[in-house]
Amino acid sequence: MATGDLAAKPRGALVAARPRYGEKLIEASLVACAVISVITTTAIVISLLTPTIGFFGEVSVGDFFSFDTWAPTHADPSFGVLNIVVGTLAVTFWSLLFAVPLGLLSAIYLSEYAKPRVRRLIKPVLEVLAGIPTVALGLFAVTFLSPEIQKILPDLVKSPPFFVLAAGLGIGLLLIPIIASISDDAMRAVPGGLREGAYGLGATKLKVSTRIVFPAAISGVVASIVLAGSRAVGETMIVLLAAGGTANATFNPGEQVLPMTAFIGKTATGDIATGTITYDTIFAVGSVLFVMTLCMNAVAIRLVRRFREVYE
Amino acid sequence: MTPRLPWTTSERTRLATAGARATVAGSLNRQPGSDVVKGRVFFALLLFAVGVAMVALAAVIIQSAIKGWPSFGTHLITDGPSTIFPEDAGFRPAIIGSLYLIGGVIILVVPIGVGAAVYLEEYADRERWWNRLIELNIQNLAAVPSIIYGILGLAFIVRGPLDLGFIALAGSLTLALLVLPTVIIAAREAIRAVPPSIREGSLALGATQWQTIRRQVLPASIPGIATGVILAISRALGEAAPLLLVGAATFVTFDPEPFSGGYSAMPVQIFNYALRPQDEFKVVAAAGVILMLVVLLAMNSFAIWLRNRYEQQW
Repeated sequence: MATGDLAAKPRGALVAARPRYGEKLIEASLVACAVISVITTTAIVISLLTPTIGFFGEVSVGDFFSFDTWAPTHADPSFGVLNIVVGTLAVTFWSLLFAVPLGLLSAIYLSEYAKPRVRRLIKPVLEVLAGIPTVALGLFAVTFLSPEIQKILPDLVKSPPFFVLAAGLGIGLLLIPIIASISDDAMRAVPGGLREGAYGLGATKLKVSTRIVFPAAISGVVASIVLAGSRAVGETMIVLLAAGGTANATFNPGEQVLPMTAFIGKTATGDIATGTITYDTIFAVGSVLFVMTLCMNAVAIRLVRRFREVYE
Repeated sequence: MTPRLPWTTSERTRLATAGARATVAGSLNRQPGSDVVKGRVFFALLLFAVGVAMVALAAVIIQSAIKGWPSFGTHLITDGPSTIFPEDAGFRPAIIGSLYLIGGVIILVVPIGVGAAVYLEEYADRERWWNRLIELNIQNLAAVPSIIYGILGLAFIVRGPLDLGFIALAGSLTLALLVLPTVIIAAREAIRAVPPSIREGSLALGATQWQTIRRQVLPASIPGIATGVILAISRALGEAAPLLLVGAATFVTFDPEPFSGGYSAMPVQIFNYALRPQDEFKVVAAAGVILMLVVLLAMNSFAIWLRNRYEQQW
């Protein structure tokens, strides 16, 4: 803002009368607020890493990343983490299988077909669905979805009332609004000129939606699915209530599994002594979970940035 | 409508143009029969998908209401948890605990979240790598699973550097870190929606940067920020997973204190009732879900109304 280099220094008006220390102080405190987020990430990494290193001092990496039995709290412990990783993936797979088609079709409806008035009605309802506490969805999964599925497919379920499909559908309810909302944003970011061009060439609405808008918004659509997947991998309460507690390495929708988050939630409830192998196992599993979701989030963030940059 | 060009004055030309236009329009509107059917089937599919999403929402609410109805009554609010008598089992300590937790979250998250958003939108130079790092970091944190925040709370706040023990304040701090990215992202969007001309006008009149922010930018973005904060608070209110790790899982029959002693929270108490094998306690859990849903739906509806009401077109 300094104008001092002009031929004659103007008197008063344009030059600050005194240095404004208050302004600097405020800027510094705002920087501090922003830096808290970086501190949080660092703290997460440190809090996961330290016990995890301690854990690998006692259990070999090969024993951990294996399909040995998962029995970390037994007297003769065994740490085949892949059993619970597969459990997580099984629940995620079934939830996505349910939520991706419904979420994407809802997004196409909202962005291409719905009249503004209908849209203003449906969008908030979806947002409310996204705001339902997961413990409520978990209770719904175990007291409603689980018995209903057992009625419809009596041969499917091996160990009622807990099984993969009940938890998967419960999480699916959580994912539909996530997928619908992000994909809808991406599709609406596709410029109207592309649609008009296609209509001008005689395309039907169906063709415009599926062959023009959908491919043009594909990075946002994929981002919404990856983000939903990451949400499913990290979801805890629904799997704690509905997935069961036996660490089966299976994608079978009728079996019980123990997803990683369920293990952490079950084991960490209550006071565990610091430094025991059980305590460290929680953090080792947490690290695996953190790395998995971090990779998925990085992919999603990159894709979202792409669709924002191209069209906005 | 039709531009009056010199050669359209002749009656004959005008007729010819109209005919040509009708032909083109006709051929564009005429669709092969299968396309019409396909379009209708697709539209039906879309309606079905949206319908399932809406019905699912209704089902969650209605099912909890029906299931929890037998246990609905004032004892839910006035009584503590019970392991033996489901008819006396309530949520009193959990409700008080949740109020403390949320109070703490609001006090912590509003100034820090808005401060960070103001810095990133008004001061930060996007070209600098550290500002991009902060931005990327916030996006990433927003998608870290909630239970990881529980692990952070256990290692850093309950034990470790802060060593607070299993108290409500530790739960508050954990939840605050969890929803902070959401608040920052929402506040940034609200601040970004204020057009640059407002800032330039204020600066041109001699206001300093902070005066411009405090008197022009922040007042104009308050509805957007409030919406983001309410949505974040309602998320914190319903979140149970991180609290399991930082002490809210303990069985508490007394009214909790904010800075000492065990505490409980609404969603965790619901979870504890839901885990019991007896169906009577699942009924109590469902009643708790209705209680919580009523509060959350009211908060979310208010937030959405606020956004739609004050959404400003500059």
